[in-house]
Order: sequence, then structure tokens, then C-alpha cells
Amino acid sequence: MTDFWLIILLAGGLTYAIRLSFIALHGRWQAPQWFVRALRYVPPAVLSAIILPELLVVDGQVLLSPINPRLLAGTAAILIAWRSRNVFLTIAGGMLFLYLFQFLLG
Amino acid sequence: MKRIQLLSGFQYTLPLLIGIAPFGMIYGVLAVKAGFPPAAAQAMSAILFAGSSQFMIVNLVAAGSPWLVVVLTAVVVNLRHALYSASLAPFLKHLPAGWKAVLAYVLVDEAYAVGIHHYEREGSAGHQHWFLLGSGLAVWVCWQASTALGIFLGAQIPAAWSLDFTLALTFIAIVVPGLKNRPLLLSAVTAAVTTVVAHPLPYKLGLILAALAGIAAGLWSERQ
Repeated sequence: MTDFWLIILLAGGLTYAIRLSFIALHGRWQAPQWFVRALRYVPPAVLSAIILPELLVVDGQVLLSPINPRLLAGTAAILIAWRSRNVFLTIAGGMLFLYLFQFLLG
Repeated sequence: MKRIQLLSGFQYTLPLLIGIAPFGMIYGVLAVKAGFPPAAAQAMSAILFAGSSQFMIVNLVAAGSPWLVVVLTAVVVNLRHALYSASLAPFLKHLPAGWKAVLAYVLVDEAYAVGIHHYEREGSAGHQHWFLLGSGLAVWVCWQASTALGIFLGAQIPAAWSLDFTLALTFIAIVVPGLKNRPLLLSAVTAAVTTVVAHPLPYKLGLILAALAGIAAGLWSERQ
């Protein structure tokens, strides 16, 4: 039996504490300046670290190759996101390119 | 007035639900596949209410990672919510503790994005917190319902649809437009390279390593 409930309750409790932190402590406690500055880099760093393996890893191996459909579709999506700044266009365009490359390279 | 704010928050969030619904479904499918009992899979959506970390947890549990690594990774993935908390705190400071407790619970990426935009335009006077609540509830209802649907449909969704790819695409849509200066760009690129290089490490430890490297690179670049 995996520790399903232990993981859910611990991760859930800590996540809630993170969300409540500054809202609850506002006016009573000032976070150190370096910490607030470091926080700015958390979203780009963490999300990039999640994205890249999704594009590059095929069957548990890094596949840095022009015949990897996910890498090609992901690159297209990055360009779409950069140009359009539109969430829906990025997701829809990325999926269409993925299906296209899977079909062509299948 | 409160009702109008609540409904308006709900309405502004509707377009974002197109990205959330497939996520929730795939999460439900993957959680059951990873061995989570249906009740636990649904409870995770209700208690954590944080899509990307739920994906990570399911992934790590399926790979047989120790629970401490799983919890630590989830915390790193959700650390960005501290930034949301800090940025909303001045707008919520006048609210009673109960309201703060509820709004912190619904403080997910989408509700934050819609909410902060609203607060920056309207200020915090009046019933603006009902708007944030409406936005949070929209995401919440969609997330719980799509999770349930995914658990129910289970393996009936063919893998050939590659719906799991929407996770990477949604994050690309969130991250890329935000890379407005050199430190932010360097932070993202450093984390990306580190995660690939560190991929052979067990239990996706590369993720934590990459996050730390990315933050360090951003701070370093600020001083150049």
C-alpha cells in the first residue's frame, strides 16, 4: 500500500500554507528582500523544468532529434506563445502541430 | 452588488476553463492508472487543488518514489503560489480571517491571473473580493468535475490522442510571454538545460535541482 493519504494530506497542507503565507502575515511580518527577489524566478524556473522533459523524453530516454514530434510541436507552441501571448491559441496550435508531426513522422 | 461581483469573476474565468477541463480529465485517468483509489484521486483534487503538482505526484507515485521525495517535489512546484500570495496580500489586508482563509484556498494560477488583473484596475474598496471568489469557484467546480469525469472514464480515453501534451502546452503559454527581461529568460533557460542534463537522476530529483539552478541564475543575472 503506497502512502496515498499521507502524500495528499502533507502536500495539500503545505500547499495551502504557501498560498496563505503572505496573505495572513501581511503587515505583521516582512519577508527578507532576497527571498522576495528569489520568488520572482520560481515560476519560470519550475515550469521550464517541467516543460522540457515533456518535450524531450520519449520512453524514458532523452530524444534530442528532429524526428521527435513532441519537440517539434513544443517548439512551434513556444513561437506561437511568444508571438500571440494567447493561451488558447498556444494550446490549440500546439496540439494541431503535434498531430501533424505524428502523422508525418509516424 | 456582491452577486454581480461573484458572477462577473465567474464569467471572466470561463475562457480559461478550456485549458483546465482536459487537464482535470487526464489527471483523473492517470491517477487511477498509477494505482490511486478513486476516492483518493478525487480527494487530492479537493485538498491540493493544484493541477501541475497533482500530475507530478501521480507521476512520481507511479515510478515508486519515496513519499518524502513526492511531497518535496510538490512543494517546489507550488512554491510559485507564495508569489501570488505576496502580490494579492495588500488588496486583501482589510478582510476578516475567514475570507483570507477561503481566498487562499482558491488561489490557483488562473484565479490569480484573473484576480490580480481585476484588483489592479478596480482597487480593493467595496466587494472586489467576491470577484476573486467567483473566479476561484469557477476553476474549482471545473477542476472537481473534470477530475471525476477522468476517474470515471479511466482507460477509455485512447493514448493516441496525446492529451497529456496539453500540460506542457499550458505551461508554455503561461511562461513564454512572461520572459520579459534577461534574468527571467536566463532563469528559464538554465532550469530547462539542467532538467535535461539531470534527467538520469532517480525520482525526478532533476526537477528540484533545475528549479534551484534557475532561481540562482536569475539572481546572478540581476547583478550583472
